[in-house]
Amino acid sequence: MLVETQGLTKAYEGREVLKDINLTVQEAEFFTVVGPSGSGKTTLLRLIDLLEQPSRGRVIFNGVEVGDSERERHALRRRIGMVFQQTVLLNSSVYDNVAYPLKIRNQTEDTIYRKVQETLELVGLKEFEKRKATTLSGGEMQRVALAQAIIYEPELLLLDEPTVNLDPRNVAIIENVISHVNKNLKMTVIMATHNMLQAEQLADRVAILKEGELAGIGHAEEIFGKPSDFLASFARLNNVFSGVSHVDEGGLAKIDIDGLELEATITRTGKVTLFIRPEDIILSTSPIASSARNTFRGKIIEATDLNRNVQVKVDVGKVFVATITRRSFQEMQLNLGSEVYLTFKASAVHAV
Amino acid sequence: MNPILEGLVKALWLLVSLDPEVYSIMFLSLRVSGFAVIIGAALSIPCGATIALRDFRGKRFLMSIINTLMGLPPVVVGLLVYLLLSTSGPLGPFQLLYTPTAMIIAQLIMVIPIITGVTVSAVSAVDKGVREKALSMGATGWQLTVTILREAKIGLLTAVIVSFGAAISEVGAVMIVGGNIRWITRVLTTAIVFETELGEFGIALALGIVLLLLAFVINWVLTQLQWSGLRR
Repeated sequence: MLVETQGLTKAYEGREVLKDINLTVQEAEFFTVVGPSGSGKTTLLRLIDLLEQPSRGRVIFNGVEVGDSERERHALRRRIGMVFQQTVLLNSSVYDNVAYPLKIRNQTEDTIYRKVQETLELVGLKEFEKRKATTLSGGEMQRVALAQAIIYEPELLLLDEPTVNLDPRNVAIIENVISHVNKNLKMTVIMATHNMLQAEQLADRVAILKEGELAGIGHAEEIFGKPSDFLASFARLNNVFSGVSHVDEGGLAKIDIDGLELEATITRTGKVTLFIRPEDIILSTSPIASSARNTFRGKIIEATDLNRNVQVKVDVGKVFVATITRRSFQEMQLNLGSEVYLTFKASAVHAV
Repeated sequence: MNPILEGLVKALWLLVSLDPEVYSIMFLSLRVSGFAVIIGAALSIPCGATIALRDFRGKRFLMSIINTLMGLPPVVVGLLVYLLLSTSGPLGPFQLLYTPTAMIIAQLIMVIPIITGVTVSAVSAVDKGVREKALSMGATGWQLTVTILREAKIGLLTAVIVSFGAAISEVGAVMIVGGNIRWITRVLTTAIVFETELGEFGIALALGIVLLLLAFVINWVLTQLQWSGLRR
């Protein structure tokens, strides 16, 4: 489904939470909306799901503007699936929950049974069909919610922070299913998230929302390649670099980032985006002999106190961020302008 | 013998001896209160759901009225229905006074506010998210209402239990509009009043115990339903 918004604006009690949003999401595209909490992501999705009326502007599906009649909005809603951030399930079994969207579409019992089995299999909850839905864990409940949203094969799938607060296993299952329906069933996906790495990994394009306004839109690489301060402020987007990777015969990748060469244990060649956790970087005042493959010399250009830790920005040609304990910072007698060495292992370099 | 013990023994005897009058009284009690609650639920649950699910002007005022009527004294209801049904009243020509129908009408008026009030709170207590979720999955207005009522099932059964309890145990209304006529409009509560006035404390107490047993059986069944709703 082709989704467009034109001048979409929503105000609650006179306060505009979404201002003049103009977007076009292509058919079968994976589109993400990133932004800190309160930036209007949820409101945008609710307007597209036709749960609310915009204060101004319009939503357009496949070139046709959505009208005001509840009949028409209801018919369109049946072609859209949505996973809410707050998981709410019906007070019945997993089977009944997943079957619900088909029941209200008056499908036959046989069709419902077959589809529920298929969908539960997809989200890995096949053995759970008889369980009462509200007794499941948070991750399992969210998978049931996802099953409910995709079982009727909507043309557009809206996801509001679908993996927030979930453990890695559930996150992986949900991401796989979302990817699957997007790639194989050609569902258009619009996902709100503040997880930058997830956005980059899954999405074709990314829009950034800032205080209800569109602060940037583009392909994932463009957006994350040159992260703005705003993006970094909520996305913890430190140490994200774009470069070109060559894997040598030993299986070690050498990555050129505008002249700076890193070694990494990734297997991808060509253009890559990398990420190094600030806490994986060791700071020292002289070069240290170690097994770590990457060492660079640079100067401290910024130090920020973070409670027990200090976040240090070091310019080595590229700016790296390292987090060290405040005690280390004091004992090493570091200051702005101090010359330091950064060291990290090849395995600390992650491709996103 | 201790009058309470005597009552217990008599109650058992009345039940096992299949005393026809006692059984007729019991069945009339059941019939009157049962009909009142069934008709009341059929009218009040949709009303309560509508009030809970819609926003309109004067909703709070209406709720205050309903909450007040939930505590309506049965004698007052009885008096009103009496005035309506008496020969000179607007419904006089139907000649319903001193019939079980009059008693059902009186108890119906009593249970309507109770069922409506409890329904409003049960339906309001259903997570707003459930509504939006169902809407988002494509439910029509009607399907949405049914879904929410199903979610509120336990609360709705509470409404039925509470109103049945109030109906079967009230005496004021049925006494005034039914007249406590033997074999015709005598129910358990009016029979208890009657026997007490005669000084037949043993029988009065026995009938009280029968009333309690009856209420217990009905509530036991309803509670079973409620708990199966909880477990599902």
